[in-house]
Amino acid sequence: MNFQLSEEHEMIRKMVRDFAEKEVAPTAADRDEEERFDRGIFDKMAELGLTGIPWPEEYGGIGSDYLAYCIAVEELSRVCASTGVTLSAHTSLAGWPIFKYGNEEQKQKYLRPMAEGTKIGGYGLTEAGSGSDAGGMKTTAKLDGDHYVLNGSKIFITNGGIADIYVVFAVTDPESKHKGTSAFIVEADFPGFSVGKKERKLGIRSSPTTEIIFDNCRIPKENLLGEEGQGFIIAMKTLDGGRNGIAAQAVGIAQGALDASVNYAKERVQFGKPIVANQGVSFKLADMATSIEASRLLTYQAAWLESNGLSYGKESAMAKLMAGDTAMKVTTEAVQVFGGYGYTKDYPVERYMRDAKITQIYEGTQEIQRLVISRMLTK
Amino acid sequence: MELKFTEEQLMMRNMVRDFAKTEIEPFIEKMEQGEFPREILKKMGELGLMGITVPEQYGGSEMDFTSYVIAINELSKVSAVVGVILSVHTSVGTNPILYFGTEQQKNKYIPKLATGEYLGAFCLTEPSAGSDAGALKTKAVKKDDHYVLNGSKVFITNGGEADVNIVFASTDPSQGSRGITAFIVEKDTPGFIVGKDEQKMGLHGSRTVQLTFEDMKIPVENRLGEEGEGFKIAMANLNTGRIGIATQALGIAEAAFEAAVEYSKERVQFGKPIAANQGVGFKLADMGTAVEAAKLLVYRAASLREQGLPCGKEASMAKLFASKTAVEVAIEAVQVFGGYGYTEDYPVERYFRDAKITEIYEGTSEIQRIVIAKHLTN
Repeated sequence: MNFQLSEEHEMIRKMVRDFAEKEVAPTAADRDEEERFDRGIFDKMAELGLTGIPWPEEYGGIGSDYLAYCIAVEELSRVCASTGVTLSAHTSLAGWPIFKYGNEEQKQKYLRPMAEGTKIGGYGLTEAGSGSDAGGMKTTAKLDGDHYVLNGSKIFITNGGIADIYVVFAVTDPESKHKGTSAFIVEADFPGFSVGKKERKLGIRSSPTTEIIFDNCRIPKENLLGEEGQGFIIAMKTLDGGRNGIAAQAVGIAQGALDASVNYAKERVQFGKPIVANQGVSFKLADMATSIEASRLLTYQAAWLESNGLSYGKESAMAKLMAGDTAMKVTTEAVQVFGGYGYTKDYPVERYMRDAKITQIYEGTQEIQRLVISRMLTK
Repeated sequence: MELKFTEEQLMMRNMVRDFAKTEIEPFIEKMEQGEFPREILKKMGELGLMGITVPEQYGGSEMDFTSYVIAINELSKVSAVVGVILSVHTSVGTNPILYFGTEQQKNKYIPKLATGEYLGAFCLTEPSAGSDAGALKTKAVKKDDHYVLNGSKVFITNGGEADVNIVFASTDPSQGSRGITAFIVEKDTPGFIVGKDEQKMGLHGSRTVQLTFEDMKIPVENRLGEEGEGFKIAMANLNTGRIGIATQALGIAEAAFEAAVEYSKERVQFGKPIAANQGVGFKLADMGTAVEAAKLLVYRAASLREQGLPCGKEASMAKLFASKTAVEVAIEAVQVFGGYGYTEDYPVERYFRDAKITEIYEGTSEIQRIVIAKHLTN
């Protein structure tokens, strides 16, 4: 076994960290407060090739792997979890299903501009009545000549309103439940597509989350992704990989919170000594760091498995479960280390704590991860 | 043991519950946008809630300590902001004058505080004196018939709104914490400067400010207690303050727990209410058990305090456990709500933001553990 990252991976980490600290971190607090997405940051990520890390050069990517992609999401999330999830949804949720299930024409038309970063991707699965129970969706797609006509709406769409291209799931055959679901590539300017309510959220506030609405939205037949009836499988496989991205996001948030806590604990003096000199504080830091290391290893393992074409469903669920819980715990403790100051917006730890919570919810709640893991253990 | 509320206490609970529902709940959105609940405090004054434990001779309701705890509990279930305002106003804004003031000071300030005409605040914490309160740097120099105060305070709850501020300053820096003296400072005193309003994660609508004193002249008759008695005065009401915040935490935890139970019965996924899954049901069981234990710790500490018995260890345990419970239960409540819980359309994200401060103020959890450990090993 070799736990060392390759030179290429180390280079990507260094590049993304520099970029994150110089270009992303300075405005993170303001963007959070103003609930503002900054397209300029995305454009700069595109220039660096970050918008298409795992995709081959023939589709506009840089031909690296999922581990490099996870490292990038982690480093972005270390300073700004919103920027991390923008890239994660763009790559894992929109890019991946097109790369995996799209035909050559679809890949050239949609994956390439997304990989090059001239277009942003989104993913439409969740509905008001079907969250964890994705099979209960009500959005329909009916074939009408050479078009599918979509009707319904999707909620909690990451990159909603800023994405140009969405991978959307709808029921093509109501009779056969899961097997009656199909996937479509929808452009934001298709007639009948509109963006609905924007959510006001606890955290990741500079990543827009909206409803998207299909009102007799006409989709050319050739925008069917995969086969009719293959939608549910595409959705679930996409989420398997998406979990790696969210696990990486959670690791990044936790690392950002730990770094801030270590610095503060060394500087803050109470009772005549830095607070880190108290075991009550230093043992806390030791526990935080240990959980982060374990989460990072699980995350990298899942990404390594995927990069090597091995099965990774259970491992990515474990990575997301552990990393999400770690992020929540570590950020809550980070606010504690900062005391009263940590509760204010003058320091980033309260933002980390608000951001961390979503990693336990989206791309499969922790309960869904436990379902996935326990089923694999007992099958 | 008698684990029952008296009739009077039950009446208090019903009254505050109604009041919170009809008067506070509709105002929450405004508080979230930063508005201080002045009008609500006025109405609470009319109902006698601003001086629950204050003797009638000073304009209070002269009720027992448990009734006061019940009031904070019920208020905090609806609004943690109103809960903390009342706790600070009573435990550290009013009580120091009641216990250490001269008859003249009591007559001058207590009736106004007890009826809600005045609001109280407590000014101890400084930038480099948080948990280490004895390290404060604000100085008071005596000159003829007054003291001149210079220095600054941070994280002052009710600051800027409070009419009466109990301010701690060093009259003899060579004596460390034994050189600290307490003063009653009115808001409009020249040299009393309200600084930055903290932008906080939660408790929106409660003001937390920095205060600066610039050559602020305080008449000798506004010194509270003797010179050097300040630290004793500050510590004397810690238990009451801790029980107050423990109660606030309990209220937040109860609110989050009840919301989670309701939602889990209504939300259907995979053809059944999510409560029917053990993954959710067991979570609710753990949350409910922790809330129940927190409640017992809080009311036990309150009962000891009411009987005038030692309650230092018990107050710290109540605060440590109730605040931890509030944070954990609020985080789990958001989890039960899933994606909806992360939005401002449901109150659980507010409970999440409000809960965290209960582990920090009026003695961090680390300070509570120090107190408890000392009691255990002495």
